[in-house]
Amino acid sequence: MAVDLDTTSVRALNESLHRITPSSNERHWRIVNPRGKHAIAAGLTQPIDVEIDGHVGYYCAGMNQNARITVRGQAGKGLGENIMSGEIRVTGNVSECAGASGHGGLIVIEGDAAGRCGISMKGVDIVVKGSVGHMSAFMAQAGRLVVCGDADHSLGDSIYEAALYVRGSVGSLGADCVEKDMDATEIEALGQLLKDAGVDASAREFRRYGSARKLYNFHIDHADAY
Amino acid sequence: MPTKAVPRKQAAPAAAKAEAPLPFDARKLRPSHTFPEDIIAEIQRMADEGLYYIRGFGAKRKLPTFDDLVFLGASATRYPLEGYRERCATNVVLGDRFAKKPIELKTPITIAGMSFGALGSHAKEALGRAATAMGTTTTTGDGGMTQEERQSSKTLVYQVLPSRYGMNPDDLRKADAIEVVIGQGAKPGGGGMLLGQKITERVAKMRTLPVGIDQRSASRHPDWTGMDDLEIKINELREITDWEKPIYVKIGASRPQYDVPMCVKAGADVIVLDGMQGGTAATQDVFIEHVGIPTLPALKLAVEALKSMDMHRKVQLIVSGGIRTGADVAKAIAMGADAVSIGMGALIALGCNKPVHEEDYEALGTRPGFCHHCQTGRCPVGITTQRPELEARLDPERGARLVRNYLTALTLELQTVARANGKSHVLHLEPEDMAALTIEAAAMAGVPLAGTNWVPGRV
Repeated sequence: MAVDLDTTSVRALNESLHRITPSSNERHWRIVNPRGKHAIAAGLTQPIDVEIDGHVGYYCAGMNQNARITVRGQAGKGLGENIMSGEIRVTGNVSECAGASGHGGLIVIEGDAAGRCGISMKGVDIVVKGSVGHMSAFMAQAGRLVVCGDADHSLGDSIYEAALYVRGSVGSLGADCVEKDMDATEIEALGQLLKDAGVDASAREFRRYGSARKLYNFHIDHADAY
Repeated sequence: MPTKAVPRKQAAPAAAKAEAPLPFDARKLRPSHTFPEDIIAEIQRMADEGLYYIRGFGAKRKLPTFDDLVFLGASATRYPLEGYRERCATNVVLGDRFAKKPIELKTPITIAGMSFGALGSHAKEALGRAATAMGTTTTTGDGGMTQEERQSSKTLVYQVLPSRYGMNPDDLRKADAIEVVIGQGAKPGGGGMLLGQKITERVAKMRTLPVGIDQRSASRHPDWTGMDDLEIKINELREITDWEKPIYVKIGASRPQYDVPMCVKAGADVIVLDGMQGGTAATQDVFIEHVGIPTLPALKLAVEALKSMDMHRKVQLIVSGGIRTGADVAKAIAMGADAVSIGMGALIALGCNKPVHEEDYEALGTRPGFCHHCQTGRCPVGITTQRPELEARLDPERGARLVRNYLTALTLELQTVARANGKSHVLHLEPEDMAALTIEAAAMAGVPLAGTNWVPGRV
């Protein structure tokens, strides 16, 4: 199926994508002329392939379930927000808050991601081939954020149980975020994730960061950490 | 006189023992207005604990309320309707601006958003059943939708909160309306709070957090900043749900004159405005008592803003925060609200602060009538708790009956007042049906001071 967003509205496109059932024959969709429009392919539920040729606006593939969505271009704010499952891949760069509050699935960003990448993530795996901006993985609860390049300041601020892996430099760590050991199990799991994401990098080159768990219960002597 | 002559400087203990007692006269005990007993106790508590006081309930200080307004009723120049004989309709439609499937309420009294976590599952179920029986809505809260509340609530509003705990597109599609929460009246500018003692395994799992941690939710949404973003966010929620469901935006009462127009511009179908009397299960006392404005002035500012945009009754306004009686409901509607929402009132109907199990109130250091200890998770009446032995004190079916009775009584009171003012539909009530008893209320509600045509601040 090919859909031209110069002649079809996003609303009509999304309604068509939402009507797909497990027995539908339309398993492969190609969308052209997205021209930065918002909420393209948001709320999909079926394991279909969607390829978008061009740049997309805010909340592309928002709350995705099962679908495999590829953006050949750049993506705006909140790419794949609250993703539950499936896979989202962007060949270019993405704006702020990619994968925000994502519960599951995989997001692969082949370029760079702006600030707050993986904010409030709750189980999603995010692999960024380039670098991520400031405050990435802010309040990250679960899941993995992998950065092949550098991470800007305040990485993992107020982090809970998510795991962060960075190959390059880290501008600074946020409140309660500390470096952790990488054991053989960690290296193997990260290697598998990089492989799944189709990223050619050695897991041994990454450093791991996570929560010091000092802010989990309020303690007056930690008041100045905020 | 002789006692005055005794020097009081650092005398040795032995010398002090010898001193004659000073004369005592109870009439001369002069309390300090600046440092009354409760302030002294609070300063000493802060000195002991080094922490703000976190509690439940809502604002306890004296605030201008709907009690400061009265209805004029009908007389020689207005015609009343016959009580019990002439119909006074109470149905209200919410969300017909953009949504394909608006909500129709049989009574304009809805149940406010309260989380599973803050409340136990019995309380959630009771509220859902009562709302269903009354043809009104109930609302989820921070922590997501439970199957119990979806099953017990015919019409359920699903909150999208900054924390996004338990946020799930399947639940979004199962909901009848969606409420994007920017803030709440008890803490405009603050995020949710649930202390470790209430984070049981089930609550922790729903929120993807470790058991027993003090959970402090974000106060800003993770994927949008500012109202231009919110417009795009609302569009996404509509796209995901194929434009079927009404989208509410909930704001705490701070600057409704600016916030309401922005919500309209962002594409809200319904605005929920929560005044500072609004309840909470756990918030810093300083936040509850000192941030936000009361429901009365907030409602006036919101209605003025909607009218100035010609959107009054087109974008519906639900007001909450301190609604207790049918008179409160009638006054809120007369001031321009389309419906009200109740939280604390419904919990009190369920048994909150009821004089039973008094030994359990005492164990919390309080008494029935004063309890605001929702944050402890040890609710003596089984409402704001996750403990099975306490929850067993609240039978969902019995609870549903109590809340249903309360909502019925509120609706009857509302109709009584509306008929007395000659209205065949409660939405026909208007500010002109009322007078204010205090200058403050006249200014805040924009209703003339009784006996005058004076509305302070109006030129």
